[in-house]
Amino acid sequence: MFLTFLTFLPLIGAVILAFLPKENEGQIKQTAVGFAAADFLLSLQLWFDFDNTTHQMQFEYSASWIPSWGISYHVGIDGISLLLFVMTTFLTLISIIASWDVKKSIREYMMAMLALSTGMLGVFISLDMFMFYVFWEFQLVPMYIIIGVWGGPRRIYAAVKFFLYTAVGSLLMLVAIIWIYFIIKEQTGVATTDLMYITEHLDVPLETQKWLFMAFFLAFAIKVPMFPFHTWLPDAHVEAPTAGSVILAGVLLKMGTYGFFRFNLPLFPYASNEFVPFIAWLSIIGIIYGALVSLVQEDLKKLVAYSSVSHLGFVMLGTFAFNHYGMQGALLQNINHGISTGALFLLVGMIYDRRHTRMIKEFGGLSKQMPKYAICFMIVALSSIGLPGMNGFVGEFLILLGIFQVNGMYAALATSGVIFAACYILWMFQRVMFQELKNPANMKLPDMNLREMITMVPLIVLIFWIGLYPKPFMKTFEASVSHLITKVDPGNFKPKQIKEHHAALIQQEDLAQMNKKLKGEKDKE
Amino acid sequence: MEPISAPASIDLVSLAPVLVLTAFAIGVLVLDLFGGKNKILLAFVSLVGLLVTAVSAFAKIKLPVYSFNDSYVVDHLSVFFIVIFTISSALAILISIDYNRRENIQAGEYYALILFCTVGMILLASSTDFIMIFLGIEIVSICLYVLAGIRRKDLKSNEAALKYFLLGAFATGFLLYGMALMYGASGTTNLVKIAGLLKDGEINSKPILLMGVVLLVIGFGFKVASAPFHMWAPDVYQGAPSPVTAFMAVGPKAAALAAFFRVFAETLPDIASSWETLLYVVAVLTMFLGNLGAIFQTNIKRLLAYSSISHVGYILIAIIAKNSLSSASILFYMLAYALMIFGIFGIIILLGQKGNENLEIENYSGLGFKHPVLAMSMTIFLLSLGGLPPFAGFVAKFYIFSAAIKEGYVILVVIAVINSAISFYYYLKVVVFMYMKEPVGELRVSISPVTLFVVALAVIGTIELGIFPDPIITLAQQ
Repeated sequence: MFLTFLTFLPLIGAVILAFLPKENEGQIKQTAVGFAAADFLLSLQLWFDFDNTTHQMQFEYSASWIPSWGISYHVGIDGISLLLFVMTTFLTLISIIASWDVKKSIREYMMAMLALSTGMLGVFISLDMFMFYVFWEFQLVPMYIIIGVWGGPRRIYAAVKFFLYTAVGSLLMLVAIIWIYFIIKEQTGVATTDLMYITEHLDVPLETQKWLFMAFFLAFAIKVPMFPFHTWLPDAHVEAPTAGSVILAGVLLKMGTYGFFRFNLPLFPYASNEFVPFIAWLSIIGIIYGALVSLVQEDLKKLVAYSSVSHLGFVMLGTFAFNHYGMQGALLQNINHGISTGALFLLVGMIYDRRHTRMIKEFGGLSKQMPKYAICFMIVALSSIGLPGMNGFVGEFLILLGIFQVNGMYAALATSGVIFAACYILWMFQRVMFQELKNPANMKLPDMNLREMITMVPLIVLIFWIGLYPKPFMKTFEASVSHLITKVDPGNFKPKQIKEHHAALIQQEDLAQMNKKLKGEKDKE
Repeated sequence: MEPISAPASIDLVSLAPVLVLTAFAIGVLVLDLFGGKNKILLAFVSLVGLLVTAVSAFAKIKLPVYSFNDSYVVDHLSVFFIVIFTISSALAILISIDYNRRENIQAGEYYALILFCTVGMILLASSTDFIMIFLGIEIVSICLYVLAGIRRKDLKSNEAALKYFLLGAFATGFLLYGMALMYGASGTTNLVKIAGLLKDGEINSKPILLMGVVLLVIGFGFKVASAPFHMWAPDVYQGAPSPVTAFMAVGPKAAALAAFFRVFAETLPDIASSWETLLYVVAVLTMFLGNLGAIFQTNIKRLLAYSSISHVGYILIAIIAKNSLSSASILFYMLAYALMIFGIFGIIILLGQKGNENLEIENYSGLGFKHPVLAMSMTIFLLSLGGLPPFAGFVAKFYIFSAAIKEGYVILVVIAVINSAISFYYYLKVVVFMYMKEPVGELRVSISPVTLFVVALAVIGTIELGIFPDPIITLAQQ
């Protein structure tokens, strides 16, 4: 019940906000921050109470929901979802603080933010496919509203594109869910959409697995986004308000990678192995393409958006390495990307609030005018590149280590993405922060204020914490990753063929011996 | 000469809903003579009549009951449908009260016509005989022709009535011709008997039967507005008074679909191979033409007309699937659809003024922040129509898709979900105007507690059916 409470707490906050008077903006903001903070602090309790030694679901709660269809309300978290859950509450709090200066309809804005939080948390705790789908679609609406109402000039286009892209992918996933429902019903006689039960009992031939895998893949790949399904992302990021971008990069994209961990790999291990080259190449194209496109961007936010495509390519690559290094790296990089890119979007948002432009050529020499801002930006930028001692390094290193064991060429190509990342980030940093302070509009920019510092400091602390001592984070998902690997390990599938081969050989040998014996007996006679 | 004997199995109790409602409708007509200008009393009596009808639908406990020489049946399907009809007619009457006062529609027969139409719908959903189906369709259609043109001095309304009448009469011809051919091939008009004959393979002439099937598809296709026989719907929906449009989109359509289901899924499953492909094509066409047509509409009523065409496409999927889930899924779908449509039309009526109904979508600009509750309700209805959880429309679609996938129609369902995605585009278009565009003109809400009540009821129902659908599913699945 604790999980349910944590998930719906923000929604309760949103409902309460609806009844507050519109004019009283201070009260509205305080209430919103209050709920977000309470949710974050309480969610830390999950982390403290979490048992790192098991892959089993924890804090589980299950109740019948639609018994005539065997649909239940089933929630729980394991190592894969724990950190994502906590990160969601954390980033919600940060983005609500970061939205302090929203002018237009602040009450509705905060309501949308809190409702969004409930939708995202629901996705991470759902252990029932039907319920997962409900939350997966539910969180679309508040995000759509946030982009469409509080976004930039092309916000309507971006919002509708965001909505339709995600809807197309997830509707095919719905077909797959119903299909699985009937397969399970036929195989075990139990009508259920319970994910744990299905993961344990689903047994479908490769051909069907491939179709089902593709349906889920499309839903998640659009969300991640993987090349070539990424085109909604730059639009959505550029037009979304700062907090929207933070949530989008920090949590919504992670729902895609989470989906692979929770659905594709354990449900369709055979198909997953079949699709490794396909996904690996898409990821590598995404890594390099995202990096190259970032290099030529003139808009800061667009640059960060495309860098997300590149970073998420790493996560996907690590996931499909199917070994400890790769998968742990992928899960850690999930968190890292949320922190680093979230921080980058916050920083871009700060400069946008001051100058109302994000064009790189408008800036230059900001470090002289805004030293605190420059330091923060430097740290975050370096973490995004993956400098040792910061979070990005640990994640990317593990991923590369993992993928190297699978295929050296994948690793070599992916590594080039790291180099490109250094190029586009450092070049951008140079053009914005250094050089001469020429533009008169930049001469009087105020440095970061206290509220902005409050949003940045925790992120920077996390950057160094994960970079220097990632163990508290890593150990939460070790058991779950080990368990998942036993399911999808390529070794499980190849030896099977060998064993079958063995069995065939043995049979032949047996037959030959039997024949000999028979002959011998005949000879004796 | 042999005397025509009365049918052996007259069971008036099973006919109770029809009798009760007819009595009330005649009562309303008579009452109108003495009631003077105020028509509220008539509306009230009509509502009471519908309530009594709904209760009397449960008069039979052991189901199914066949009577009148097996031409009238009371089974779970018909009982559930009667409940849907009475609910939708009651909602239609509720949203009419203030609308009629505003638009000066002072005809007492308005309420009587709705009741008579409901009688026709009940007959349609309960008949197991072609003649009865024909009678039901005629009763429903004639009432609707008049209702569509009830604003006598409005050109649009006249156009709607005339168009509806001409095309409707044309379609009835097809239907009747199809029935005649079925009779020629099988020697009976009784659906139960035809099903039996088909099962035993004792049909005289297969070609005639097949021609009958095709003509029936065309006839029913007109009545439910499925493509390519849907062209009348947008004009009629646009021209008819708003409450009548809402009424037409739900009750009569549900009744025609019920008959469609009875004839095809229950009577002709043994020759499914002959009509399955045909219906498949019709369903796919209906979905695409409905959804693509809706994209380009700027008038909310036309948009909803096209959207209602596409919803028929989804329901046809359930008829094609023809398994144990399909009847239940149609019932659930129609109930959910009724709530959403009456909710939306309630809001449309609230936003109209006398002489200016504000039917262009751009009139709704800025509604989101001026009337947040109304805009939020509208958004819920639209997203629910699109099939977004956690609203009723999603569960309804899930149900229909389940029925189809269970029979292996995965491709059809994939086509349907692609259509759902298309439909989001135009449903969101309305949301875009409400929340993301600057207001263009003054938008006043007319004060009407009764209509507001309907909207509130519909919102609650849409959410309730979306989050806790189990009781209704259990009822529908019996």
